[in-house]
Amino acid sequence: MDQPGEKQHIFDKPRNVNRLLRVFYAICGLLFVLDFILHRHVYHSWENTPAFYAIFGFVACVALVLIAKEMRKVLMRKEDYYDVDE
Amino acid sequence: MWMSELPPFVPFFLAALLILVTRGWLRLAIMLATPVLGGAHLWLDVPAGTSLAVPILEYELALLRTDRLSLLFGYLFHIAAFIGVIFSLHVRDTMQQVSAMLYAGSALGAVFAGDFITLFIFWELLAISSVFLVWANRTDRAIRTGMRYLIIQVMSGVLLLAGALVHYYQTGSLAFEFIGLEGIGGWLIFIAFGIKCAFPFLHNWLTDAYPEATPTGTVFLSAFTTKVAVYALARGFPGTELLVYIGAVMTCFPIFYAVIENDLRRVLAYSMINQIGFMVCGVGIGTALALNGAVAHAFNDVIFKGLLFMTMGAVLYRTGNINGSDLGGMYKSMPKTALLCIVGASSISAFPLFSGFVSKSMVMTAMIEEGYNYLWLMLLFASAGVFHHAGIKIPYFAFFAHDAGIRTKEAPGNMLIAMSIAAILCIFIGSQPQYLYALLPWEVDYWPYDTTHVLAQLQLLFFSALAFVWLNKQGLYPPELHSVNIDAEWLYRKLLPKSAGFIRHGMQQLAHRLSNSQKGPLSRMRETLIRSSLTEYHLASHWPTGSMVLWIAVLLGGFLLLDAIY
Repeated sequence: MDQPGEKQHIFDKPRNVNRLLRVFYAICGLLFVLDFILHRHVYHSWENTPAFYAIFGFVACVALVLIAKEMRKVLMRKEDYYDVDE
Repeated sequence: MWMSELPPFVPFFLAALLILVTRGWLRLAIMLATPVLGGAHLWLDVPAGTSLAVPILEYELALLRTDRLSLLFGYLFHIAAFIGVIFSLHVRDTMQQVSAMLYAGSALGAVFAGDFITLFIFWELLAISSVFLVWANRTDRAIRTGMRYLIIQVMSGVLLLAGALVHYYQTGSLAFEFIGLEGIGGWLIFIAFGIKCAFPFLHNWLTDAYPEATPTGTVFLSAFTTKVAVYALARGFPGTELLVYIGAVMTCFPIFYAVIENDLRRVLAYSMINQIGFMVCGVGIGTALALNGAVAHAFNDVIFKGLLFMTMGAVLYRTGNINGSDLGGMYKSMPKTALLCIVGASSISAFPLFSGFVSKSMVMTAMIEEGYNYLWLMLLFASAGVFHHAGIKIPYFAFFAHDAGIRTKEAPGNMLIAMSIAAILCIFIGSQPQYLYALLPWEVDYWPYDTTHVLAQLQLLFFSALAFVWLNKQGLYPPELHSVNIDAEWLYRKLLPKSAGFIRHGMQQLAHRLSNSQKGPLSRMRETLIRSSLTEYHLASHWPTGSMVLWIAVLLGGFLLLDAIY
């Protein structure tokens, strides 16, 4: 929500956000492809999986967030939880 | 040329005294000069192998013992103190200024301590001096939090002393060298270090107290206590395999909490445990590469975590709020702070060319070289996770996300300077790691920049970011909510008080029932007594009222005296 009369900031324009995202997707694609072009020195056989790190990073973060969301159901309390005696 | 045996804590303690008797620009000049001159002295005049022992009664306190390990932490603490002082130049609060100096001095005292008694003294001074940075908020909440913090920290010191005494009994030496987990003494010291190092279940003092300190206080807090503990572990327990497992758990569990935590400084506190986890792993592996990685990561962490805490402190200072749910769009008012925050975020996420990359990769490499394959996967998961919560969440929810409509000014000049120094160091160390590597204690030939590392790390980070973008677009990302999340602290903040209340209530009930059931027999006994011939005796016939009044007066006087003393 912008203040009236305020100048437009860079991410106020959806066009700029989309531009940024397109550049980001392009880099992701490039990194994915590079995995098949450049030679990686491998310590462990897991790393031979094509685009191992890319897949691992994506899956790890999705899992992290989805598990954390489930944790909220068990762990989340009101902000004053420790301040009041129930 | 100064004498090289001057223990580095002395200038800081002197400065704390001088702060009390000065004011205005002179006081600020003293605070700025102390870390600069002290650091220059340490760098130029103090070689490895210097020592100083001061005899007290029958005992010799080893106040100074330098080697490459303690010197590295010594340089680091001077840099941290310097940045912290600049960041807090606008603060006009004697209590905070004195305690910051004492706190930094205590940290230096602890890393240069050559024996357990000296270490214990500074270990406790760390606790006592730092709690004032929490109390300086002067709210009820801060005072209670500070109390919990102090109790846990002092407990760590007591364990350290007990362990040291047992260790002395077993080995006949109080020198602070390799300890190991042989015998009860080693274990006690291990747990003492573990508390300050925020081992799992012993970690909540950190996430409890750091977010409750003043905006500038947290910057000091984040630099010293935990890093002294990492230093102590690196000296006392290198190669202790248990640490690898503890460290791996430390890297993983806090990131879940960080994702759902609303207070952005608490997110950073959780992410701090995650980063210390990498260091603990490095110490546990115990190879030269791993130990170098651990201490190098401690070095970098102080700077980039300090930078992140500074940017959040600046936002808190300007807006009075640090909840992710209430912020957003701050880049419009504080663009420079936003940019500096992104530098800190890139460093903690270990982007190539930023400082985290050149130290974390050492621990990761050592981990897989030593064959800890599954733990290595955990650390890789944590690496992706740290980018997720500290690298993206912190800058995104504070400075971007939806515009919360808050309009304020850019951070004050001194804050911007302090943050810029930290940011420049992050980039400098990240892109020119040879200078940091040259300072590391162990001889290692390691270079992080090759195709393998850079490509792997970039893939990991960019696809983690892709996951964030995707989850956000799908509406799957958990929103920031006003809340607290139950952690191990629940045991002593909820269960313990509740069970104490429950037991007290039960006891009262029991006492009530007992007195009721005894009323009948007791009164009958009394009547029997009155009727008996015993009442004829002199002592029984009078209530000694006069002497009782006298004794009550003595007791009350005693209480008054005690009250006046404490």
